Formats: sequence, structure tokens, C-alpha cells
Amino acid sequence: MIWAAEAGDPVSRPVFYSLPLWLTITFYVVAVATLVWFFYAVARKIRRYRSGRQDPADRPAWRRLPGALLGVFTNRNVLRDNWYAGLAHLAVFWGFVGLFVATILVLVDNDILHPLLPSWTFMKGDFYLVFSWLADFSGAILVVGLAMFVFRRAVLRPRQLRVEERDDVAFLKPRVVRWEDWAFLVLLLTAGLGGFFLEALRIRATNPSFEGVSFVGWLLSGWLGDTGVTASGADTTFGYLWVFHALSAMALIAFIPTSKAWHMLAGWYSLAVKPARIGDMPPAVPTAGGGYGRLEDLSRGELAILEACIRCGRCHVECPAAEGGFPLSPRDLILALQVSARRLLPGLRPAPGTTATAPALAGEVIPASWLWSCTSCLACDEVCPLGIQHLPLILQMRRDLVARGEVSDRIQDTLTNVMRYGNSLGQSPRNRARWVKELPFEVKDARKEPVEYLWFVGDYASFDPRAQAVTLAAARVFHAAGLDFGILYEAEQNTGTDVRRIGEEGLFEMQRDKNLQALAKAQFRKILTTDPHSYHALTREYGSLNGNGGVPVLHHTEVLAGLLESGRLCIVAPLRGDVTYHDPCYLGRYGRVFDAPRRVLTALGAPLHEMPRNRERAFCCGAGGGRIWMEDVPGVKERPAESRVREAAGLKGVGTLVVACPKDLVMFRDALKTTGLEEVLAVRDIVELVEDAIGATQRSEA
Amino acid sequence: MPGAVWVIAEQWRGGLSEVTYELLALGRQIADDRGAALEAVLLGSGVVGLAESLGLADRVLYADSPAFAEPVGEVGSRALAALATERKPTVVLVPITNVSWDLVGLLPARLGVPLVNFCMDVAAVGDGLEARCLVFGGKMEVRAVPESEPVVIGVLPGARRADAGRSTKRPEVEPVAAPAPETCGVRLLGYEEPEAGDIDITQQEVLVSVGRGLQGQANLDLAEELAELLGGAVSASRPAVDMGWLPMTRQVGKSGMLVKPKLYIALGISGAPEHVEGMKDAALIVAVNTDPGAPIFNVAHYGVAEDLLEFVPVLIDKVKEHKS
Amino acid sequence: MKTLVLLKMVPDVVEELEVAGDGASLSRDFLRLIINERDENALEQALILKERHQGTVTVVAPDAPEVDDVLYTALARGADRVVKVTGLEEGVGSAEATVTVAAALSSVAGLLPVDLILTGCQAIDDLDGLVGPLVAHQLGLPYVGIVTGLDVHPGGMGRCLREYPGGVRGSFELDLPAVVGIQGAEKPPRYVPIAKVRAAMTSGTIETVAGSPPGALPLRVVEMKKPEVAERAEMIAGGLDDIASRVCEILAGRGLL
Repeated sequence: MIWAAEAGDPVSRPVFYSLPLWLTITFYVVAVATLVWFFYAVARKIRRYRSGRQDPADRPAWRRLPGALLGVFTNRNVLRDNWYAGLAHLAVFWGFVGLFVATILVLVDNDILHPLLPSWTFMKGDFYLVFSWLADFSGAILVVGLAMFVFRRAVLRPRQLRVEERDDVAFLKPRVVRWEDWAFLVLLLTAGLGGFFLEALRIRATNPSFEGVSFVGWLLSGWLGDTGVTASGADTTFGYLWVFHALSAMALIAFIPTSKAWHMLAGWYSLAVKPARIGDMPPAVPTAGGGYGRLEDLSRGELAILEACIRCGRCHVECPAAEGGFPLSPRDLILALQVSARRLLPGLRPAPGTTATAPALAGEVIPASWLWSCTSCLACDEVCPLGIQHLPLILQMRRDLVARGEVSDRIQDTLTNVMRYGNSLGQSPRNRARWVKELPFEVKDARKEPVEYLWFVGDYASFDPRAQAVTLAAARVFHAAGLDFGILYEAEQNTGTDVRRIGEEGLFEMQRDKNLQALAKAQFRKILTTDPHSYHALTREYGSLNGNGGVPVLHHTEVLAGLLESGRLCIVAPLRGDVTYHDPCYLGRYGRVFDAPRRVLTALGAPLHEMPRNRERAFCCGAGGGRIWMEDVPGVKERPAESRVREAAGLKGVGTLVVACPKDLVMFRDALKTTGLEEVLAVRDIVELVEDAIGATQRSEA
Repeated sequence: MPGAVWVIAEQWRGGLSEVTYELLALGRQIADDRGAALEAVLLGSGVVGLAESLGLADRVLYADSPAFAEPVGEVGSRALAALATERKPTVVLVPITNVSWDLVGLLPARLGVPLVNFCMDVAAVGDGLEARCLVFGGKMEVRAVPESEPVVIGVLPGARRADAGRSTKRPEVEPVAAPAPETCGVRLLGYEEPEAGDIDITQQEVLVSVGRGLQGQANLDLAEELAELLGGAVSASRPAVDMGWLPMTRQVGKSGMLVKPKLYIALGISGAPEHVEGMKDAALIVAVNTDPGAPIFNVAHYGVAEDLLEFVPVLIDKVKEHKS
Repeated sequence: MKTLVLLKMVPDVVEELEVAGDGASLSRDFLRLIINERDENALEQALILKERHQGTVTVVAPDAPEVDDVLYTALARGADRVVKVTGLEEGVGSAEATVTVAAALSSVAGLLPVDLILTGCQAIDDLDGLVGPLVAHQLGLPYVGIVTGLDVHPGGMGRCLREYPGGVRGSFELDLPAVVGIQGAEKPPRYVPIAKVRAAMTSGTIETVAGSPPGALPLRVVEMKKPEVAERAEMIAGGLDDIASRVCEILAGRGLL
């Protein structure tokens, strides 16, 4: 047997060591075939993406590219919520990158430089030693990371990795999903381990002393020696193993474009086009209903991003719908879309589905019950390590359902109420400000006299009897602080932000215009609101309001924090009893106001205990996205609000769940009753606590 | 002597409706006030015996024909219009019920005379009449004067007590020949009975009735728990049935059942006249509605102006406490 | 199949109704008019039949505030033609509008003949006239009311279900053309998004016809007032706990617990 190593520096390693020519040729044939397949599959994918809608938002913002790259290289999104999976991924990621670079270097040296300059190679000397060490290190962390993944999947079996059989969608096949999950791990592991054994056999056969730098291969080779593998035996085995290793590497390459392994490419793109600010309503698109009625209505970028999903299941366990047993799982939604896009959209050849009538996207490909389960809490978009934006897809599909009139009776009633009365509760608009009559002082009419703060009260706070109590408390606290405030009285209307999330964009526009007209007639310097949903509308959805000199919009927790810290509100009776605070979705994840309420609680002297799910990871009360107007569906295990009050009640010593949103108040008070936790926990708005702490008698001069 | 006051007797499925006696009592008063005769008009087929019970009338005009076996408005209105043209009554009282409703519209149209609808009382004023009517779903009451006679008056159930319309006196029964149209564009093929097998709400002593205020089928459990505690059943107003929360067999009101339980708890029911008609005779009515101005509080004995979703769980606890 | 739908606006009772200065009519100050719910059901039923059997749906309504919105919405829902009858005094009460609309049907070109005329079987302001029976009589067509389901069979025969008391429904056969008073459609009226209504406003047109209202009304309203209740419920107030205890006492007092 002649080693292929040629003369020159002995610190080097032969490529195609000990292989007969026919096998070398076969290798190249298989390699070329694999690459052809790879590029064919990629071309087919791109063709499929191109059947989507063109959208400027699909272009990456180059300014944000460095950040996106940093995210990819540090794996910070993966590490953020799960250190175990994060570390495993980091190891696999860098191990794979290392081996990929190593393979490229060998390729360049052997297949490009060598044929051109047969006597020249850079795989020698110190460079080779460093290269060898790094390659072994990469392989080692790859294998360790993969072992961690295998352990997690086979032994720990976290429920977020479980994809269940579902009878309401045609395209989601858990068995295929499971097979693919394992195939990816096994292929990677085979490539990594195969490489090491190959190296060990080579070292065992040639035994060069400098190969100690290939520390894994060196150790393995020693072990092989100990188990009685002779140098010539190693030499024979090497050939077979080499073939096996080559084939497994080719299989991996072929696997990438047809599986979740594709995330290693689609993920880059997804992170690069992820919006700087999540939670914005996607603009209406030029389709019949303004939303997504067919798969082709998804943008090209969105079709590509669907394939970035690695089904880590983080969105699945964060989602209040999925957690509560509602039909929606954001992960299953992405998977179902992904698979149906592969099946229904034309590849390089026409897809079988295109000849028949294509099924409606919303309602057929994706069941309407999934779409209506969403609370628009934004947890999925927040948590996705690959930056996939689920919510815009759901909202676009809801738009199509609304355009086709496929809404439940209760939603229809609600929409009609908003249209007719300007509030979702179907009450006479004349009664909107009836609560002010219960106050011992006048509340200014901002339409008639100038005020510093225009208080935008919101529907529930104005009409719901429970929320009204909080509204009254807020009015008394503002009055006690000497705040110069007024309201719009009957001119205030539902902001439309929630009907917009139901999918009724036209009604939103109508409501926005009415409110903007009312605001234009009022004189004020700032806007204050006690309702996070109104806060969201006023800060982010009423464009001309903020464009027009930028009127500051404040949530009452922000105002209260300022008043307490500046001493305009004095604490007379610090709070007794430990509290926990629930971040409303539209204040927290959407508005990024996390600290103001906590500053208020600190000022009140309340010992604050955080719930396990807090701040960005706060768990939704279940009311958002129009869900408060919809009925529960059969099969619900635990309503989100019930889960949340149990979470709060589970904190030792905490007797009060503090909220800062009228909808939370209503939802959690109901949940206390249904869970029987009324004796254990009280639900109170933060402003009620402030009122207690400043004492009822306090009145400062305005 | 002015022309007679007519009461259109309502017969359906072999019997006379209670409302017929209510109308007789009212008609008697009008007839006496203006010194006119009170005539009951009965269309039917082989039900002359029913005429015997209309003793409060001075005379019963009975038209017997197979065509009149079922109360079809298209047929009845033609026959009655022909008869009225011949007999010239000045006032025609028609009950506002699902059986007779088509007559309320068709009869004045055929006769070309005024209609006074949603009437709950009529008084003779001078030579004319003045009617008190409930309009806008019971939110307003009007006093209205027909500008000419004859006049057709649609009378709401409950205008008088039915007992006041009964008499042991045997009336004079006059067979009349009312023309039955040979062909009619509207033909009754048969009746579809409500699905059997469900609870008969007319037999329940306690009814917990739910309306639109329940907000969703998911909250039905609350009503059911309360009904079970009180030993009764759940019934519903029309909107709750229309939304599919409960079957039609549970509907109380004009198109549903007439119930007279010992206790009727109305949850989230506004109290439209059509509903009130079906439950106003319950011995004790407790109403829960967020709107303190809801008409249901006009018939209830006790009212609670709270959100039922808040109040009922508390009530359930209290009832449990009370029982243990 | 050609279907005519007659609809009208009625006061929205969600708003507190007030009596006007004359003491005999509704105050207009806060009056909100909405489509008569049963008329809306009639329109839905007409559209369902159109989807099932093809044909056209024409909507005729007396002029009233906000009626344009309702008519454009009807177009957006799928009606083919909408006609507004003007010349009525702005007000409520049904006789005038009823008679005017009934008379206008024959004067507008192309409205008649039709196969079906659908309208609500009742409205909350039908104090002095019902449009369905009146139109049926004027056109010599058969009428049936309180209908909750309607279909047309080949050969020009209609089949419908009419409500009787106690949950009983009568099954009827109808010679067409006929006038049908609708109580409920087969399914609740469909939702039509604002965007579609807006599109109908720009692309659709409302035909206007001058009606000739009758000179004298058959019924004179001499007084309107909020109903006096002889015996109003005793309202139980207080905290939820107190109210519930009181209710329990009352029930126990009557031996109901």
C-alpha cells in the first residue's frame, strides 16, 4: 500500500489516503450528483418563494445587518430562554462552522491548488498543526452539542418538542416531523463521529508523532490500539469507513434543502429582515380582501422565512392559546404553512395542487378556529429565536376571513356595535362619561377648555362596572395630584385597535378618523391613558397624531411614577402586603413599558415578587386581539387568565395581583372566581393601590 | 245603535286561545260604553261547540268550512273581509299572537280601513275610540285616535284578564256563510313539532331563563348550576335560542312557550313584549340585568341591576350556603 | 329569479328614547335610526336565495336619516339595485311610509313584476300599518308572515316555514309571486366589512324616486310618553353578597329553597 502523501514536509496529511482510483472517481461522481441535487432543490425552493407577493419589506435593512450577524454568531436568541438548548446549539453551530471551514480549506488545497500547482500545499507545518487542532476541537464540540440534543430529545423530552397529531389540518404530519428531527441529528452525528474514527484509523495506520494535536483522533487511535486494532487492520477498515463517511456527508448536504436543516440558511435571512420593532399591524395588501386569501398572497420573504422554523417549540409553550388548549399553536401554524407551501405552490414543475381549485388559505389550509384563538399577545414573535413573525400572518388571514364575512355572531355583534355606537359593548355613546357623575369634583371637558393632560379613557374603563371603579380611583388620584386633566366625553370612541386585530381594517380607519377629529378639536399638551390598548393605538397606530409635532402619550403608570417620585403625590400609608405585577401585553411587549409600574410599586413601598413569566415573557390574560369578544371553544383546558392567577397565587406570601389594564382586571377577577382563588388573591389596578397609599384625604392645590 | 264590536275568536288545533277571552272582556267594555252589540266571529271546521264558551258575546257568528280548519291568514282575511263588508262592524279586535298575526295586517288592507296596532287598552271617547298602545319594543306608550271607523285593532295579550272574558251564559250562535276562496296562494301542508325528548319547561316549578346578556353558550353552565340548585330547568328568550345556545323547546314567549312557574329568574333578558307575554304570570319573578331601565323590571317583582356573570356565581354560593 | 326586498329604518332602542316638545312624537335630539332587524333578515334571506337560484335582488326603502348607509351596505352585501323613495316627512310611524312605498312600487320602472317580495314581518314602529300585507293586497299577491325559512322549488312554487306558538312551525306551500313577511333568515345576516361598503359607495348608486305620501293619516297620535308602570320591581341594591343574601331570603320566604 502506498500512501498518497508526497515528498516535502512530513507534517502533513494525505487526502484520499489509500483509496483506489475507481473509488476516488466514484466519490467525485457522487459529490457532483449531490451538489446538482442540492442546487436543484434550492432552485426549486426559490422558484416556490417567487410565486409569493413582492414586498419591499422583504429587503434586509443593511444598517441592521451587523446586529443580525452578531445575533447569529453569538446564538444569543437561542441562549436567551434556554441555556441548555442554547449551549448545545452554540456548540453544534461553531462545531459545524469549524468543520465547514476545514472542509473548504481541504477542498481549496487539494482540489483547486493541487491540480494547478502539484508541488504546492498549505496543509503543512505549523498551519497544518493549528488546522488539525481546530478541526478536532470543532468536531469535539459538535459531537458534544449533538449528544446534548440527543439526550434532550430522547431522555428529557420537554413538551415543547412534542408535535401532536391534529385532525383539523391536512398537511401537518407528526411522524414525518419526528423522522426529520432525528434524521438531522443522526446525519450530523454520523458525519462528526465518522470523521473522528477516520482520523483515528489514519493515525493508527501511519502513526505520525505530530498528530497529537488532533487530540480526539489521537486518543481514539490509542484506544483502537488498546482494543487490538493493528496498523494494517486500520488501513483496511479505513477504506470502507471513508466511503461510509463520504456518503453520510453527501446525505447531509442533500438533506439540507429539503428539511429543517435549511434553517441554517433561511435563518440568516429571517433575522436580517426581522422588523426593528415587532407588533406593528401589517399593511393591507392588494388582494380582494386586503389580507391573505391564498398562499401566493404571502410575500416572497415570508415564504422563505417559514422555512427558517426549527420547531424548537418556544412559541408553542409561550402561546396562551396553545397552553390553554385552544386550537392554535404558533409552531403548528408555521409548520402547516411550510408544508402546504411545499405541496401547493409550484416548484420547477407545476405542483399537483395547482390544476385543481386551490383551497382557501384562511379556513381551509389553516382552520379558522386556529386564527380566532390568537390573543395577539405577541409572545410568539418575541420569543422566536429565528425572528419569525407569526402574528402578522395570523392577522392577514383574519383579514381575509372578515372580508369574506366569515366571522362568528359575537364578533359580528361587536363590530356592529363599534360601528354603530363607537364602543364594543353596544351601549349608548351618551353614557360613555356617565361615571364622572359619581365624582365629588368636575372633570374638565377637553373639547371646551384647554387641559394639560387629555385623558383617553377607553371602552372598558368607561362602561364596564368593575373597570369603572378603577377609572374613578384614577380620577381621584389625578385630582389629588393636582393634575390638570380633562376627557373627551361622548366624542371619545373605541380606538379600533382591537377591531383591527380582528381583521376589520376599514372599521379601524373609521374609528381612528373619528378620534383624530375629536382630538383635533381639543386643546391639550399631552395624552394620558389608563388603557394599554388605547396606549398602543395612540402611540403607534394614529400616525398623524404623533407626526404632528409629536404629542407625548403616556400610560398612567408612567404619569404616576413621575408624580410619586417628584413628591407631587405623597405616601401617607405605605402598602402592606406583598404584591406581584402582571405586564399587560400592549404595555409591555408592545409598548416596552416595563419599569414605570415597578417604579410606582417601589415608591409605594410594596415588596414586589416577580412571577416566573414576567416582563417580555409575561403571560397574556387572554383578552387581546378581540378574544374578549369571542366565546371559548370546546376542549379548552385552562383559560389563560386562570393559568395566570394560579401563577400569581403560587408566589409565597403574595396577596395582590397588580394590573394596569382594564381588560386584565375584568379577566383576572373572573378567573379568581372560576379557580376559587378569591380568598387567596386580590386583583387590583395599580392606581387603586396608589389611592390607598396617598390616603383618601390628600388634596393638593392645582 | 252603532255597528257591532267584533272579536275575532282564535281557534287553533281544536281549542280556543286564552287571548280570545281577554279580547272578549275588552270588547264587552267597548260595546257597553258605546251601546253596541258584541259579536264574536269564529272561523272553523266542525268546531261549533267552541262557540258555546263565548258567552260574553251577544252573538257568535260561526262560519263552518273545511277551508277554515287551520288558521291561515290569507284564507281567514278574505272570509272575514267579506263578512265585515256585509255586516259592517265598527270595531274589529284581532289578537296579536303568532296564530293571528297575519290577519292583523291583511284585514285592514283588504277592508281599506285604519289599523291600530300593539294595543293594550281601548276606551270609548265621545263618539270615537282612543287606544293605548305600546310601541318601540315597549319603550314608549302612545294614545292614538283612529280618524275613521270601522277600525281594526291589534290587541296585545294581557289587555284584560282572561277570566273576565268567560261567561256561563250560552250565546246566540248564528251560522254565517263566509266565502272560502276556492284556490288560495298559501297552503298549509302540515306542522313540524318541536323536537321531543327535551325538558318540558311548561311543567317546571322553577325556571332560570337566560337572554342575550349571557354573552355566550360557555356561560350556560352558570344558569344550569343555579337551576339545578333550585330544582328547576333553564329556559331562554328568543335571542338566546336564535344564537343556538338552547333548543327551541326552551324558548319562552310569543313563538315559544307560555310558562307559569312558581319562580322565574330572568338573567340578562331585557324584557321585550314578545318575551314578557310568555312569563308574566309566573308567581315570583326575579330579574337580573345590567341596565336598570330594562323593561323586564316592569314585570319582575324583584330586580337586580348587576352583571349576571358577576352576580350569579355569588348567588350560587349563597344558595349553597343556605341549603347546607 | 327576481326578488324585491322592502326595508325601513326604525328607532334604535339602545338609545334612551325621549318625547318631543309636542308630546306626541319622538324627540330627534338623540334619535338614532337603524335598519329594522327583521327587514335585515329579509334581505339576508333574499341574498341566500339569489346565491342558490341566481337572479337579482332589488331593495326599496323609504327615505330616512342614515338610510343611504344601509342601502350602500345592501349593495355591498350583494343586492343588485337599491331604490330610495323620497318625499316623506322626516319622522317615524309606519302608515305614511308604508302606503308611499307600496304605491311607489308600481310607479318605478322595472321593479315589477317580481317572483318574490320579502320584508320583515313586523317592526317596532308598526303602529298603524304593515307594509307586507298592504303590498300583497294592492298587488293581489298571497301573503304569509312570521316566516323563518324559505326556498323556491322548480316550477315556481315556494316553500316556507311559519312560526306558531310553542315551538311549532307550519310548513306552507306558496304560489309565486308572493309576499313573505320574514321573521328570521336561515342564518344570521352576513357581516360586510367597511371596505366593501366604501367600495359600494364609490361604485354603486342609489336610485331616488319621488313618492307621493297620502294626504291624511288614518291614525292620530295624541300623546306619547314613557310607559307608567303600575308595579315596578323592587330593586335590590348593595354589594353582590348582600344582594345574593337578600334574594336567598326572598326565595326561602316563599319556600323555594
